[in-house]
Amino acid sequence: MNKSRYDAIIIGAGHNGLTAACFMAKAGLKVLVLEKNDYLGGAAVSLELHPGWTYSNCSYVCSLLRPEIVRDLNLPKYGLQVIPYSGGGVFMQNGDHLCNYNDHDAHRLELARHSKKDSEAYDRYSTDLMRQCRFIKPLLMRMAPDPTSFKPRDLGELAYLGKRFLDFSEAQMAETLRFWTMSVAEFLDEYFESDVIKAYYAGSGIIGTALGPMSPGTAYVLLHHYMGEVDGNIGAWGFARGGMGSISKAMAACFEDHGGEIRSGCGVDKVLVKNGRTVGVVLKNGDDYYANTVISNADVKHTFLDIVERDDLPEDFVRQVERFKIRGSSGKLNIALDGMPEFPQVPKDSPIFNGDMHFTDSIERMERGYDDWKNGTWSKDPYLDMLLPTRIDPTMAPPGKHYMTVFVQYAPYHLANNESWDGANRDAFAQTVFNQISEYSPNFKDMILHYECRTPLDIEREAGITEGNIFQGELTFDQLLFNRPVPGYAQYRSPIKGLYMCGSSTHPGGGVMGAPGANAAREVLRDLGARQTVRGY
Amino acid sequence: MSKSLSPKTPEILSARPRVNAGRKPTPFHARQVEKSETNDWTLWAGYSIPNSYTSVELEYFSIRNGATLYDISPMCKYRIKGPDAERFMNRFVPRDVRKIKPGRVAYAIWCNDDGHVLDDGTIFRFGPDDFRLCSQERQYAWLMDSALGFDVEILDETDDIAALQFQGPTTFAILEAMGLKGVETLKPFDLQHFSFAGTELMISRTGFTGDLGYELWIEPGKALELWDALMAAGADRTISPVGSLALDMTRIEAGFIQPAVDFLHAEHVVRHTRGRSPFELGLDWQVDFTKGHFTGRRALLKEKEANSSRYCFVGLEIEGNKPAHNALVYHKQKKEIGHITSAVWSPTMKNNLAMALLQRPFGVDITEDLWVEIYVDKELKWDRVMARAKIVDRPFFNPPRKRQTPPARF
Ligand SMILES: Cc1cc2nc3c(=O)[nH]c(=O)nc-3n(C[C@H](O)[C@H](O)[C@H](O)COP(=O)(O)OP(=O)(O)OC[C@H]3O[C@@H](n4cnc5c(N)ncnc54)[C@H](O)[C@@H]3O)c2cc1C
Repeated sequence: MNKSRYDAIIIGAGHNGLTAACFMAKAGLKVLVLEKNDYLGGAAVSLELHPGWTYSNCSYVCSLLRPEIVRDLNLPKYGLQVIPYSGGGVFMQNGDHLCNYNDHDAHRLELARHSKKDSEAYDRYSTDLMRQCRFIKPLLMRMAPDPTSFKPRDLGELAYLGKRFLDFSEAQMAETLRFWTMSVAEFLDEYFESDVIKAYYAGSGIIGTALGPMSPGTAYVLLHHYMGEVDGNIGAWGFARGGMGSISKAMAACFEDHGGEIRSGCGVDKVLVKNGRTVGVVLKNGDDYYANTVISNADVKHTFLDIVERDDLPEDFVRQVERFKIRGSSGKLNIALDGMPEFPQVPKDSPIFNGDMHFTDSIERMERGYDDWKNGTWSKDPYLDMLLPTRIDPTMAPPGKHYMTVFVQYAPYHLANNESWDGANRDAFAQTVFNQISEYSPNFKDMILHYECRTPLDIEREAGITEGNIFQGELTFDQLLFNRPVPGYAQYRSPIKGLYMCGSSTHPGGGVMGAPGANAAREVLRDLGARQTVRGY
Repeated sequence: MSKSLSPKTPEILSARPRVNAGRKPTPFHARQVEKSETNDWTLWAGYSIPNSYTSVELEYFSIRNGATLYDISPMCKYRIKGPDAERFMNRFVPRDVRKIKPGRVAYAIWCNDDGHVLDDGTIFRFGPDDFRLCSQERQYAWLMDSALGFDVEILDETDDIAALQFQGPTTFAILEAMGLKGVETLKPFDLQHFSFAGTELMISRTGFTGDLGYELWIEPGKALELWDALMAAGADRTISPVGSLALDMTRIEAGFIQPAVDFLHAEHVVRHTRGRSPFELGLDWQVDFTKGHFTGRRALLKEKEANSSRYCFVGLEIEGNKPAHNALVYHKQKKEIGHITSAVWSPTMKNNLAMALLQRPFGVDITEDLWVEIYVDKELKWDRVMARAKIVDRPFFNPPRKRQTPPARF
């Protein structure tokens, strides 16, 4: 029996748990982080699963991480380095390709090869997206106002939201409302005519989402992937040097530097509740730890359906949590390669290899892939988001070798006919992906030294995210802002006094962003009357 | 949705293309490289052109003193043809296109439905159903979208035509010496076709230096021949190529606005309040409400009737000799009322000139007691100067030789 007392306990050392932990430790609180895995980071993790190769096991590219957090926690001091990449593109079935160039004019010329009109429409497209980014960005590092509350703070935040909205022209307001609810396919149709160009941009609208490109709500998902930045370049993406785990590592170092304590290999079994208030937690191994403040980094379903006793919660709340959409839709392959695979249809020096590569050259193919998901199987012609981090980051594989990360959309959590992912199905899933890549790269299969295939089930097992949903809950309009995760509980507090949430299930949602963690810490510090270390921004 | 013509030629699809760089050379590139002493290049709409060749100051004076070649091949050129061409163009721009006769050129701006300016350029009318639109920014997508429902064909001719701006007081004499019979009859904004080196050379009496001058248009394969012929004919009449920096000085003296400098393409601004109406850019004369519908008409009419323009655009003469680049404008040295968009010390006028965007009523009802805050570098010691400014009419530089027909020979 361990009777140690803490000011606060955080369940889970995902990057959001660690972010919250850092801000609270900075406020002088005695904070303990308990992580079920033997390593830290949750879905932001680097692991050596094949000797000499570091895999960004789950998340693999960085853009959303809020610069305010990086700066206030001084993460570069703790070893974080984010290197932007450009390039990427689509390998087409007709032997051609679409490459994404960093230089605006080069990019325009490349788009013009596919459609002259689209090459110019691109400027309007990026301006319109930028406008939506500017609207949403300031909301990320704020608590989402509760529109049904009459508390001065909620009214103030609502007024702020309204004021930002009023910065739009009338036409832009209408655009914005449409944008938040429309499908990514419809959205792109308003700008582009070329199938491959549309397919390239549509990818961001379906990643991690159990919706097809023609489903309403996917345009917002595209924005969610566009609103990040690297060094002020909105929409830019980068590699965390050493893999995504470097982000969690830097956060953990910052936390420990401020006196925080992390225990890994400590899965929490139950949150202890006495008279409607949190008093601590019990681990799976029976150890218990005490604190009046407990913050869960786990997703809202795992938190309230597994580790909090049902009797301690209002029935209404539990039902809402049960209804929260957190459907698994993606898989991931990490591959160690003996060298650079050949893709004969593209010149060797093309920047396509330095960025996100895809093989889906029309929205229709993407939508067909979604049909498979609905039928309870993985896409037979999947949408892949494939990168070679080692083209940029020299730390992840031995010289001359490569590490390939392949994100796969779509893969269901529940297979049809109650089949299991374990065994033949997982292998067949991996083969589907290999086959697609080798259609374009004849020597790809020969280059594979080791691979690791992760289905939604594996992601759930590892990161603990229910159904392996990468965002800890889908990013549809009904689950955003004051509705995330549950109406009335969108401000990081729960029905139980002293129990908070800080994971991606909360506003502003998934991705390696840190915003949920920082926003949660702000609310906790407010409630405790402690020194406020999270700025209002 | 209508599909535009895309370059889906088999050779492009099979060539495994790799776009190496966004900077394309223009048809005059070979000569520019030979002439360039400074090796100072700039980017214009995806093409490399010289910022300068030898010295900006000397190049500037060549424009006002002799004859100069400035490469405008990167200018976007669109051909609009077909039975509805006139109707289409008249809907496209706020001015009355019906008044532009074949063989004439006209300056034009065009707006979006909010009445905000997208770009400015020139309309060349070759025949009743045949136009060319020249612009600084790409307009193909906007033209295609606007063409829905019109029987017109729109062709991007940007790469099919090489063009030089040939400007300065001795330009006429040089064209005459080249044996181009009939150039003397060209009035400002006239265009005419000549035969040259076995092909057709189009000459228009246009340009943005505000001086006597022409623009010469030819197929790219004959570009170098044209360059050489001009240089040979002008050898004894102070001829030289000039770069963008010198040209920009004359552009400001002439009082012309430039997209991305004095205003932004309204469809490319993130903040909708950055869009500018023609009334806010001093382009009232471009708007003809009597001609029928055109894109932006409703918004502009509303703005006019409600007198709700937020800004006005003015020419300024500023005390002292320090150009007021990027400076803020004040009323009574206190209230910030606008900013300078373009500024130059004019070596010809011996005056400190600028164009500025002011918040109304300043510049319209309140025109006195205006000041410009200029930061001056005195050998790395920075001083802040409040210089008095006076609103004056544009063009600042407007010599009779610009209009004289037939023109003088020097
Ligand atoms: C395959 C994949 C690819 C992705 N790609 C990207 C990408 O490229 N870029 C990007 O920005 N985002 C990406 N994402 C999304 C992003 O990684 C996640 O949204 C984000 O990392 C979630 O962080 P979090 O801290 O909120 O939660 P998590 O990372 O889920 O952290 C929760 C932590 O809590 C622990 N935990 C759970 N239950 C318990 C318990 N009972 N006791 C103790 N500990 C517990 C877990 O082990 C975990 O460490 C990806 C996600 C996945 C899965």
